[in-house]
Amino acid sequence: MSYLHIGKNFTPPDIYGKVTGRAKYAEDYAVDGMVHARLLTSPMPHARVKNIDASEAMAMEGVVGILTAEDVYPTEAPAPALLTNEPVFVGDPILAVAAVDEKTAENALAKIRLDLEPLPFTVDPVDSLRPNGPSARPEGNVFSEREMKAVSWSADDVERFVTGREPTAPAAMEWSYGDLEAGFDNAEVILEESFVTTGYAHMSMEPRSVLSYWQNGKCHVHGSTQSQSFIVPFLARMLNIEQADLVFVAEYCGGGFGSKIGAYPVLAIPGYFSRKIGRPVMLRITREEEYYVGSARVGFQGWIKAGFTREGRVSAVDLYIVQDLGPNSTGGDASSAGGAVSILYQPDAMRLRDVPVLTNTTPRGAQRGPGQNQIAAVFEPLLDKAAGELGIDPVEIRRLNAPDSNTTINADQGPITSAYMEQALVKGAELFNWSERIRRSGQRNGSKVTGIGVGQGYHSAGAHGFDGLVRLTPDGRIHLHSGVGNLGTYSYAATTRAAAEVLKCNWESCIIHRGSSDAHLPWSSYQAGSNTTFTHTRANYVAASDLLQKMKRIAAGELGGEPEQYDVADERVFDTANAARSLTYAEVAAKAIELGGEFSGETYPEDIHEVTQRAVQAMAGSGLIGVAKDTLPVRGTVPGLTVGFAEIELDLETGKHEIVDFLAVADCGTVVHPLGLAGQLRGGAVWGFGMASLERHVYDPQNGLPANVGYYQTKPPSYLDVPSSMEWAALDIADPDNPVGARGVGEPAMGSATAAVMCALSNALGGHLFNRTPVTPDVVLNHLSGQGQSAAPLAINTF
Amino acid sequence: MTSNLSRRRFIKGVIASSAAAATSSAWYSAAANDRPAGAVERLVTLNVNGRKRPVDVLPQETLAHTLRYKLGLTGTKLGCNRGECGACTVLVDDINHYACSMLTHSVRGRAVVTVEGLQRSSGELHPVQQAFIDELAPQCGFCTPGQIMSAVALLKDNPNPTREEARQALAGNLCRCGAYDHYLNAVERAAKSLRAEGQIT
Repeated sequence: MSYLHIGKNFTPPDIYGKVTGRAKYAEDYAVDGMVHARLLTSPMPHARVKNIDASEAMAMEGVVGILTAEDVYPTEAPAPALLTNEPVFVGDPILAVAAVDEKTAENALAKIRLDLEPLPFTVDPVDSLRPNGPSARPEGNVFSEREMKAVSWSADDVERFVTGREPTAPAAMEWSYGDLEAGFDNAEVILEESFVTTGYAHMSMEPRSVLSYWQNGKCHVHGSTQSQSFIVPFLARMLNIEQADLVFVAEYCGGGFGSKIGAYPVLAIPGYFSRKIGRPVMLRITREEEYYVGSARVGFQGWIKAGFTREGRVSAVDLYIVQDLGPNSTGGDASSAGGAVSILYQPDAMRLRDVPVLTNTTPRGAQRGPGQNQIAAVFEPLLDKAAGELGIDPVEIRRLNAPDSNTTINADQGPITSAYMEQALVKGAELFNWSERIRRSGQRNGSKVTGIGVGQGYHSAGAHGFDGLVRLTPDGRIHLHSGVGNLGTYSYAATTRAAAEVLKCNWESCIIHRGSSDAHLPWSSYQAGSNTTFTHTRANYVAASDLLQKMKRIAAGELGGEPEQYDVADERVFDTANAARSLTYAEVAAKAIELGGEFSGETYPEDIHEVTQRAVQAMAGSGLIGVAKDTLPVRGTVPGLTVGFAEIELDLETGKHEIVDFLAVADCGTVVHPLGLAGQLRGGAVWGFGMASLERHVYDPQNGLPANVGYYQTKPPSYLDVPSSMEWAALDIADPDNPVGARGVGEPAMGSATAAVMCALSNALGGHLFNRTPVTPDVVLNHLSGQGQSAAPLAINTF
Repeated sequence: MTSNLSRRRFIKGVIASSAAAATSSAWYSAAANDRPAGAVERLVTLNVNGRKRPVDVLPQETLAHTLRYKLGLTGTKLGCNRGECGACTVLVDDINHYACSMLTHSVRGRAVVTVEGLQRSSGELHPVQQAFIDELAPQCGFCTPGQIMSAVALLKDNPNPTREEARQALAGNLCRCGAYDHYLNAVERAAKSLRAEGQIT
């Protein structure tokens, strides 16, 4: 199919601000009378605030006010608190002080006398499960089925688990399908391994500073979020105000990666503070605070048993995961990991058991491929081991198990929209020259040895049911209202091109409206889960289709005939029987205002979200309005799939490796925005490299203190940690459930890279499985010197 | 090798200006007003983006603080405020520096250029800025001004860098989105257009 806009590069309008410095992130705003707030955070991993004496601080010149837990929206454990009298991790915000400048606010914090009673804490999930082990919260140590539970294992259960034997402890959650026993009976090779993947911080470049002020009864919030419209109902609820009384501005977001999907606690603090003291409040967040409140990946400690038939098919998988959730409610990672296994390898039978445990470490949440990417790091090297034992090539064993459009997923073995993983593997193997390269595996060059790896990534990559909003004004301009957030993928803009495609208009005639709830934006999805491309090409398509139908009806009314006989081209509506009979888009818009009703947004469909309703109401009478909820059919889970190929050189003297070459191949439907896709594939790969060998949480078990709160400690990959050039390709095969054929891809791009590097490390070392991320140089050297690791795989999560 | 020279000069620049304490409270002490000014004159005139900017500067104020909060040049970003990330990179006498780790008083009499100072008076973008757009180099964009300033510094020193030289020269600028590949593509593209310009004029 040939498109005007889809599949072509374009310049997203927000990029000019990024290269000129004019882009305004939340902290770049300043308003008259603004005061500065600072947070007093917990120095203890778990404590009770017995008394706060702020009298001396409040008497200081320049101090304007104090905000404590009593002033803000109360939350119930284990939901994260805005401010708390029972801090559950080091860095948990207890109170905030506002002053005329930050120095004064900081000095005032030092004058506050905080009486804290230390409470039991844990920084390791298994520690919490031991008999009489400490609980992260008084309400319990396990969070499952939306409930807090107190779970304790027997000493024997703990011993079995930490020594990597089949777990006997009951799981808090479990799902399965197929006949597991039969699956293992059919297996020629059965592998059993224990593993650990540590949590680590998101560490977005922009610390999540927030500015709030009240004007004419409305609360204005300038924040840093991945999503835009999706924030509004939740932040309004957090602020305890009506949605219509919230003005939410998030024109730019300096990185999110899952940590800024929804309304997070810090986002609401300045709103409360500003209301209390009657002044605009800027809350700047430091890098160290961003580590505390900026979210982190869920850690896994687990055990896996997988069966493979003589032909190399995965016949059965039994997976047991203890999750490190941090102190708050989250925990979908294990189930997502199970889902990824069910689609990528299609085991005939599978069981997932999961124990989501709370710890007094920083709060966790979704991080790029939450669950899917941890398990990619574990399962893919295992697949290579099985391939080795069966004498099958690593790419070949993946082809044998590759998902296609008839593949099923998850516990319910539901359908998917489409998948072409085998083609992606074939294409990648060809581009990477796999058959040549694999012969070089293990080749020595001085102290260095070559490792070759292939890895696969999966994440569901599409949602549905959100709204689209398009408007045509009498100046002939097409206004594309995008409620999608600006997290740096440019999908807020790329998805609107589906509307331009329907309207067959020039891109230059289009104006994108975005970045503020005052810009009349439709209800849009969470800008996360790799879903935006699929979800919002659909929403833009249905809104533009509504606009197109209305244009045809107006033309038929004006010029005669039936709407069906009209079509559009060159920004005119014309009679297909007599092209001379036509109206310009500008004329149609003017006519729509005259006609009123549904044409100009005086009325609108009942099924659109109240956020969209308010946007339409605000624009009623200003042009021809196209608005609709996406009710297009969707047959199942929308898979985003990628394959990564890596060649590394591992230095046996230092334990350090260099990634010599990397290729990513995407199976993500029709390519909508080639450069944007390239950025996601390469950026995802960089994240994958970080997970494979650099990034991890480190906690002091004795005092519960985090040991790495800055960039030089958390070690996100730099220019020198990644190849200076990475190749990419895409299948570009349309998905049938998207009007332009698109699916998402951002998250799997990371998992396949993590897996490729993990497999290459294993390949370089003759098939040794580390069964842990990250594989840092000391881990490699410990292995090479045969002295064992400093911590057994399951003994501690934050090794 | 010119890139090594550039890198060395850059590191020297950072060392010479690293008087600001590397703690999170540096952010606030930068705004301290409760200490005697000592021998340092507070009202100074800085040369920023080719303009004379009189400004009241505290003794221990960092250049990033002055630029962002006193001169309104918010294109210079603070990602860590402790010399780890490079989001605050600016040019001082054509060499890239972390503005968070440099005292404002130390740039008196020197030429400071921020990302806002690159666009030409005609309104045309600097070739490095244009190249960053053409390669869709930024993702979230927060580290972009710093990346651009390091790229400009590199190309002033070495108009024809290899990809490896560019990679080394930009290594002090973190990008959490992992847009490194695209940034390097942009540096190569910018080098080409700057050289073409040089041939014309």
